[in-house]
Amino acid sequence: MSKLKTAVPANSIKQKTLLERMGAYWQLYLMLLIPVVLTIIYKYIPMYGIQIAFRDYKSVRGMWDSDWVGMKWFVRFFSSPNCLRMIKNTVLLSFYSLLWSFPIPIILALLINQLRFNKFKRTVQTILYAPHFISIMVVCGMLRVFLSPSGGLINLIAGTSIDFLTESDAFRTIYIASGIWQDAGWGIIVYMATLANIDTSHYEAAKIDGASMFQRIRYIDLPELVPQIVLMLIMSAGNLMNVGFEKVFLLQTDLNKATSDVIAVYVYQQGIEHAKYSYSTAVGLFNTVVNIVLLIVVNKITSKISEDVSFV
Amino acid sequence: MGNKKKAGQLHGLSDKTSDIILVVICLVIVLLVAYPLYYVLIASVSNPYDVYAGKTFLFPSGFTLDGYKAVFADKKIITGYLNSIKYTIIGTAFSVIMVYLAAYPLSIKELPGRKFLSIFFIITMYFGGGLIPTYLIVRDTGLIDSMWALFLPGGVAVGNMIIVRNFFEHSIPQEMIEAAEIDGASKWTTFIKIVVPLSRSIMAVMVVFSMVAYWNDWFTALIYLPGEENAPLPLVLRNILIKSSASASQASTISGGYAELNKLTEMIKFSSIIVAAAPMLVIYPFVQKYFEKGFMAGAVKG
Repeated sequence: MSKLKTAVPANSIKQKTLLERMGAYWQLYLMLLIPVVLTIIYKYIPMYGIQIAFRDYKSVRGMWDSDWVGMKWFVRFFSSPNCLRMIKNTVLLSFYSLLWSFPIPIILALLINQLRFNKFKRTVQTILYAPHFISIMVVCGMLRVFLSPSGGLINLIAGTSIDFLTESDAFRTIYIASGIWQDAGWGIIVYMATLANIDTSHYEAAKIDGASMFQRIRYIDLPELVPQIVLMLIMSAGNLMNVGFEKVFLLQTDLNKATSDVIAVYVYQQGIEHAKYSYSTAVGLFNTVVNIVLLIVVNKITSKISEDVSFV
Repeated sequence: MGNKKKAGQLHGLSDKTSDIILVVICLVIVLLVAYPLYYVLIASVSNPYDVYAGKTFLFPSGFTLDGYKAVFADKKIITGYLNSIKYTIIGTAFSVIMVYLAAYPLSIKELPGRKFLSIFFIITMYFGGGLIPTYLIVRDTGLIDSMWALFLPGGVAVGNMIIVRNFFEHSIPQEMIEAAEIDGASKWTTFIKIVVPLSRSIMAVMVVFSMVAYWNDWFTALIYLPGEENAPLPLVLRNILIKSSASASQASTISGGYAELNKLTEMIKFSSIIVAAAPMLVIYPFVQKYFEKGFMAGAVKG
């Protein structure tokens, strides 16, 4: 480096080649080495491996050499008897879930932000975060205990003895309500962070003008949150087809399958339990493609609504 | 705050009433969130027949610790607990190191190729190979039934990496790094001696996030660790909580026949929920203010 500088005194920075500029940072590249290698092996190679959806995967021939079968597995999926039911269940479960769970953290954040006693505010936040730190396995265990027909909390309170997990009508409600219980509190963090950045002089001015609490929320807080809300909406929409596999898997019973039979669980069962690798990959790929289409559509719609928010 | 008080006096009544309504609403919400956990807690130390009869809505009834005794006498649960502790410690160390190794270089604005490398990581947040192609690669790299299958395929937790990168960019004084480099410190020395010590608060957040993720994970283990002796706690609990089956070691400790066993199975459900959930619930409040700040740094960038 120092030699180079004495040799070319003027404009030395501009004349350095890319390789020389990179050389100065070799230690940083070395730091990135392991993360990059792991990402290539376990993220990018599997992406390339999606091609087994179009092949007839055989262990002996591997992912790259098995016979090419084109759309065979997709055709099989679309002609399977439960195909429509699974697509419908996946879309409806996600859609209702988004519809109910999306607004709640926003409302909670707006309310909690108005609390004046800081200690009380912090305690409320701490308690609301708690369920997020519990394993889905444990949450589903709690649900099973609470929903049990004999001695379950819900039945005790209602004075009934319904076996909710065998009722397909109750499945979506159980899934969505428990989702709200577990994650709505955690969801307020991003909104609270935005609200904390609001200039307090706005509030003072509003108060002098005699604005009520509701008016302050409506005219000061809510507009500030809009960009964040749009961003979160785009991200959720991109996940519309990614139903919470773990919870559906753990709450599914033979009797509630009419509403709990979703693509993700099917992908797991066909792939891991029955080792139908190519077929399972094809079904999963279909799911991903629908997701990407939704992401693009929602992104187009929302970017028209608010020009200043761009996706990533 | 001071101004709020003054304004409150100006429009006394309406503000006070709305404050009270607000506090009441918040209390109701807090109750809705906390009560299920509280109920499990009191049910876990109550006589199961009283729980069945609905006598434990507010306070425990027929206090007993039999459920906890049975949980800690169960060899499978103990093995699961030890496995979970092992996976959580190693996984957290691995994950935090990976996040730091990726976040620091990407926070250096002059690094050639920075944008390309950032996109390289971020893409994996939105697109992946899916369940089976990933499974096949994990299998082909020989990780089945190895605990590394829990850590390596996750690679870099990109969401966490972005939070840490933003922290490095905004909260580490650039002058300190420049001063160290003028003094002849290498990039690595600067990272270890200056950046890491200055980022303790965000490191605490990363440690807790990773701990929670590893402690609560069971699906990765379900796929990649088929051996029963390797199962982490949540996977062991699946048999008790979801499949409702008493293990052989529980059955052998019971002398009172089926009814007694049934009663114990119910008790074990409550106490194992507490045993599994408690560690993380005890830990997270300590870093609450840090992760709230962490998200704030993210929010500023948008």
